[in-house]
Amino acid sequence: MKVAIIGFGSVGQGVAESIQNKDLGIMITGIADSKSGVIAGSGIPVGEVLAKKQSQGVCGDTDVSAWDVVKSADYDVLVECTPTDITTGKPALEYIRYAINRGRHVVTSNKGPVALAYKTLITEAGEQGVCLRYEATVCGAIPIIHTIQEGLAGNDILKIYGIFNGTCNYILTRMAEDGLTYEQALLEARELGYAEADPTYDVKGIDAAIKLVILANTVWGLDKSIDDVEITGIDNLTPEALQLAEKHGRTIRLIGEIDPAKGTLRVSPRIIPQEHPLVVDGTLNAVLLEADMADGITMIGRGAGSIETASAIIGDLIFIRDRYVKAA
Amino acid sequence: MKLEIKDRPGQLVAALKPISDVGGNIIAVIHQRDPGSASDTLDVQIVLNLPEGRLEHLIDLIREQGVSVVRVGEERLLHRQEVIIIGHLMHTDLSDTVDQIDRTGFAEVSEISVVMPAIDQPSSAHLTIRSVSSEDMGKALEILHRTAKEKDLLVIKPLEECT
Repeated sequence: MKVAIIGFGSVGQGVAESIQNKDLGIMITGIADSKSGVIAGSGIPVGEVLAKKQSQGVCGDTDVSAWDVVKSADYDVLVECTPTDITTGKPALEYIRYAINRGRHVVTSNKGPVALAYKTLITEAGEQGVCLRYEATVCGAIPIIHTIQEGLAGNDILKIYGIFNGTCNYILTRMAEDGLTYEQALLEARELGYAEADPTYDVKGIDAAIKLVILANTVWGLDKSIDDVEITGIDNLTPEALQLAEKHGRTIRLIGEIDPAKGTLRVSPRIIPQEHPLVVDGTLNAVLLEADMADGITMIGRGAGSIETASAIIGDLIFIRDRYVKAA
Repeated sequence: MKLEIKDRPGQLVAALKPISDVGGNIIAVIHQRDPGSASDTLDVQIVLNLPEGRLEHLIDLIREQGVSVVRVGEERLLHRQEVIIIGHLMHTDLSDTVDQIDRTGFAEVSEISVVMPAIDQPSSAHLTIRSVSSEDMGKALEILHRTAKEKDLLVIKPLEECT
């Protein structure tokens, strides 16, 4: 199976490394970053490209653009992992639509296009008979979408709630355990590379809300957007509030919840018993599914990181390889 | 309520039957036998929900079964919920915030702990609210939510809304 990778930051590189290091029956025929691209129908020497990216900051030839790769490289699956733009979804949304309409499968780690244009993308993919997968957009390495669609196939999913943002979870863990202020914990998260220079999306709950939108639309076929989510962030929390919670055997976590029966789509800081399965430390994510037959299922794992995100992308690639490409 | 019954087969059932007869609902029966006790009676504690005004009649019925009622503790506000509020609690009249719930008659703030780190910084408070029923709790939280919005306070609710 041939794949092209658009976006060669830490996630794109993680995917390339995993394909190179593991015998997955996958060949990379195109790679593009924001400044350059490389196309080779007989397979790209991944080691050389990774070394070039390290030393020169580009993966290929500056005359070759991401659009060239999307339009003309020979691939079965487009792996789209450019940075997220949550207002327009561009340019990723356009790359994805182009590939779909070219009759190619798409795997993406990019939340923007999936949250903004789910209905369009899934409809177009259906018309073209191709597969769009985006496991990496929600909870990083945790295979939540695969678990719901495959493992829990036949169940009615009643509710989903959990911790969808590792940055917020890290900040709250530090505030609770060591009495740091919100500002101190955020600064520390930035120094450790857990928070972006502009942490607004994380701490205001927007990142978690985007993931809820993706799940709501995927699992229940809804047509929700970020505006439908009731959002409260963690930026007004005080260390005293956490200490008061801890004194009563509780703590505070940023919880995302979807309960379609009640019409709930909400991200908010909540009081939660310390022994609750969703109370995880540091940057971990945790999600609890309630299904009619399986009852409760809790999954805990890493919500970010290059190899962790690559894990979700590789899982999607292998799904497509076995269900579509091999079968064809 | 706490009952004293004879340690004989059938006695416990005899003591419990009148509860359903008056439309009560048993929540828990705590039945501890003291192995060192030579007494032929047994202490049993019963937690129950009872329609208003039936308590006297129930005690009479239980006594008719030859069971003595040792103690009756009445708890009207059975539902309990914790919330944390953050903001300028004193400047926005915390006693008024609490009073908004207390004056409903079906819910009240039964515990409050406040931490005020510095005069110009937001305070944090942990509140325990008790109510007659879970619907009343919902109403009380709605009132708190509205008041908090007016006063620009952040309300943090528990994940499981009713305990």
